[in-house]
Amino acid sequence: MSIIETTKLGLVGKGLDRLDGPFKVMGKARYSAEFPAKKITYAVGVGADIANGKIRSINTAGAEAAPGVIAVITHKNRPPLVDGKTFAGGGAQGELRMPLADNVINHAGQYIAVVVAESLECATYAAHLIKAVYIEEDPVVVFDDKRAQRYPAKQWFGEAVTKNRGEAQTALLASAVSVDNKYRTPTQSHNPMETHATMAVWEGDKLTVYDATQGLYNTRKALALSFSVPESNVRVVCKYIGGAFGCKGAMWPHVLLTTLAARAVNRPVKLVLTRAQMFTNVGHRAETEQRVALGATADGAIQAIIHHGTSHTAVDGEFVEVFTKATPMMYASPNLSVSQDLVKLNKQMPTFMRAPGETPGMFALESAMDELSSAVKIDPVDLRLINYAKRDPDSGHPFSSKSLIQCYKLGAEKIGWNKRSATPGSRKEGDWLLGLGMASATYPTVHFNSMCNGLLKADGTFLFTSSTHEMGTGTCTVMSQIGAGRLGVPVELVTFELGDTDLPMAPISGGSATVGSAVDGAAVEIQNALSKQLSESPLSPFSGVPQEKIVVSGGKFTVVGKSETLSYVDALKLLKLPSLEVKYQTHFNDKAKSFSMHSFGAHFVEVKVDQDLGTVRVTRVVSVMANGRIANEKTCRSQVHGGVIMGIGMALEEATLFDSRSGRVVNRSLGEYYVSVNADIPPIEVHFIAETDKEINSIGAKGIGEIGITGVAAAVANAVYNATGKRIRHLPITADKLFV
Amino acid sequence: MTVNGETKSVSIDPRTSLLDALREYMGLTGSKKGCDHGQCGACTVLVDGRRINSCLTFAVMYQGQKVTTIEGLANGDQLHAVQQAFVKHDGFQCGYCTPGQICSAVAMLAEAKAGCASAVTADLAAANVTLTDEEIRERMSGNLCRCGAYPGIVEAIRSLAEA
Repeated sequence: MSIIETTKLGLVGKGLDRLDGPFKVMGKARYSAEFPAKKITYAVGVGADIANGKIRSINTAGAEAAPGVIAVITHKNRPPLVDGKTFAGGGAQGELRMPLADNVINHAGQYIAVVVAESLECATYAAHLIKAVYIEEDPVVVFDDKRAQRYPAKQWFGEAVTKNRGEAQTALLASAVSVDNKYRTPTQSHNPMETHATMAVWEGDKLTVYDATQGLYNTRKALALSFSVPESNVRVVCKYIGGAFGCKGAMWPHVLLTTLAARAVNRPVKLVLTRAQMFTNVGHRAETEQRVALGATADGAIQAIIHHGTSHTAVDGEFVEVFTKATPMMYASPNLSVSQDLVKLNKQMPTFMRAPGETPGMFALESAMDELSSAVKIDPVDLRLINYAKRDPDSGHPFSSKSLIQCYKLGAEKIGWNKRSATPGSRKEGDWLLGLGMASATYPTVHFNSMCNGLLKADGTFLFTSSTHEMGTGTCTVMSQIGAGRLGVPVELVTFELGDTDLPMAPISGGSATVGSAVDGAAVEIQNALSKQLSESPLSPFSGVPQEKIVVSGGKFTVVGKSETLSYVDALKLLKLPSLEVKYQTHFNDKAKSFSMHSFGAHFVEVKVDQDLGTVRVTRVVSVMANGRIANEKTCRSQVHGGVIMGIGMALEEATLFDSRSGRVVNRSLGEYYVSVNADIPPIEVHFIAETDKEINSIGAKGIGEIGITGVAAAVANAVYNATGKRIRHLPITADKLFV
Repeated sequence: MTVNGETKSVSIDPRTSLLDALREYMGLTGSKKGCDHGQCGACTVLVDGRRINSCLTFAVMYQGQKVTTIEGLANGDQLHAVQQAFVKHDGFQCGYCTPGQICSAVAMLAEAKAGCASAVTADLAAANVTLTDEEIRERMSGNLCRCGAYPGIVEAIRSLAEA
């Protein structure tokens, strides 16, 4: 398929205002807890107080007797559920364990009961009356606990975790200059502003579920399996998601519990997670401890890269936070060794969180690059240029496109890198120490196959449909632009509908992948279907002209050398068609490609650190991104802003803290788990290096949701080092660490 | 109570928060629940023009009072100036914190006009407050946005402060 001509969509697409913007700003966008249902009931989940052990007994009498309570479900009376599969195992579930399966408790907050009542107030009150008595065992929540089961991580969605090139350890020892340090990142929680919400409505054996999810079709399949009904009986709807960042990718136990409760009470049930439950019941980013060793010649040429380390998983399942994923590809080095261990802890199953793998991994690798730069006395940008990988050192394939050098150069120019002193602590303004730091950013481009239907209506408008998701990325806006760009018509004529399993199949919205190629393909199908009929139909002025000679230009069909042109509506009318509908499915097979496909970028950060208080303020950010075609300059810029801001939070504030004795999360609120607020965020300058990438997909886009966060924490830490001379290798960078 | 100019009469549990009364009993789901603890600002509504966290207060306390929610700001399909500015400057992504941000911004602009100082105001006695970016950021920090739309929010409010 041809790539969309630059003239049609533009290499940097118009910064069109969000088409769903007016709905959102008027409060009319309906999120999953907001659909009306007759005779609705409210469910509240009750979590375990302990992190390891068993329920000895559970007293539900008080709750059952409370006014307004309709049902209390525990492991003792839970109706049967067919065992589901985990996301990694081809299903949808975030964790393998079925909710309320038995009396075993593996993590604090694990559901031990669900209460259904006439009102939210009644259900919330009754939930507090449930009393469980436990047989408690000491939980294992820290890596160095001797009881913790440790084992090597083997694979990540079919890709081997361990990778070796040459003899890394030997090369490290033989290197003229080397750095070898440990970096740590804490457990982090996604905390989208909308907590997870599910509403289940049974009508006989037909089920409709309104669910805050990034994976509608997966959820449908999983519900059909566990409730033993055909998939065609299940409809899952999610029109708007109030933020996700990965935690709404897998299906968590509350979705099963809500659906189960609705069947049990024979009425619609709505369950909305509390903010506290967002820390214990919908996954998190795993804690990591990483060793990065780099060995280089005196000229800064890296000879050895070693990246080993540990992340945690749940006691009853496996999730690998693949922090070594980008390392083999990032820099040219003849010798490399990466591997990871997993440690089983009494925490809930970890899951994907914005740029899973790269986010903690690039913190370690890019901090280590800064340390090497100091050790070898070469500027951090120059060191990266010296070790620039022209081909993917891991696969040996050429990159489909890579503009990282331009990112480094433009970023350095815009931040005023030449003003940076290589000597830490040498710039001061009053009580504040100033510093500059930088880091690389990267994220792979992945494709998941998807479907899209296209409809040309008699009035000349177009409708594209695919059951993908709007989680703030601007999906309906960007897809409308892509459709209009291919068709060559104004975007006002195009509508894109999403968020419902009644629409054609779309995959999980994750990994920065969406359905752009399917929309583009459907638009091409509309053109092909019409040109075929224009070629064949006696009603057509182009009758008898071979189809390939009929071209579409500027939204009109024409034949080279002829002056006559036909719009889409003209074609419909001439062919006496009331409308035209097409179906399209993508057929990606990334593994078969002989190109390495990645986005790249660079972050440049300025910080000031109060020398007496240890307060760190980020005062400026310049982020330069190379992501192929930028479909909508405005929404893409916002995606990068969002990534950078979450990265600043990661660098300075965010940590989900577990009490080492009880295994409970101690900061389960937005008042104690700090995320960046408006006052924390300085001006963020985003620049795009436009790339034409003809290999990657028909629209030349690489995805942009995740790359923005990668490298940010390292850039901040490197700037803090430049300001203070203190190297903080354990996030977040808090005042206590600066004063140790 | 009067909500968006309309008299609303509901019979509810006295434990019902103002936010839940709006969302669950009046069908006004524009105000959002992000934390239910007054920590995120997604539930911000206006009571007699002042911004409050509707999750932190009981509905029964507002009998006879005037409440304005996000649904009451536009005039039909004609967006309020703050709503327009948010769309133009991309002051949101997922849209979930947005109703709270916008209600907060409407009240905040009025507070600044009335000369209310903030933690970063240099001259506490000054009759007029200039809404610098620093002032806007400080005054909007009770409204969290996890998508990170803060730059657009500041731009949107700045465009109105300058107007």
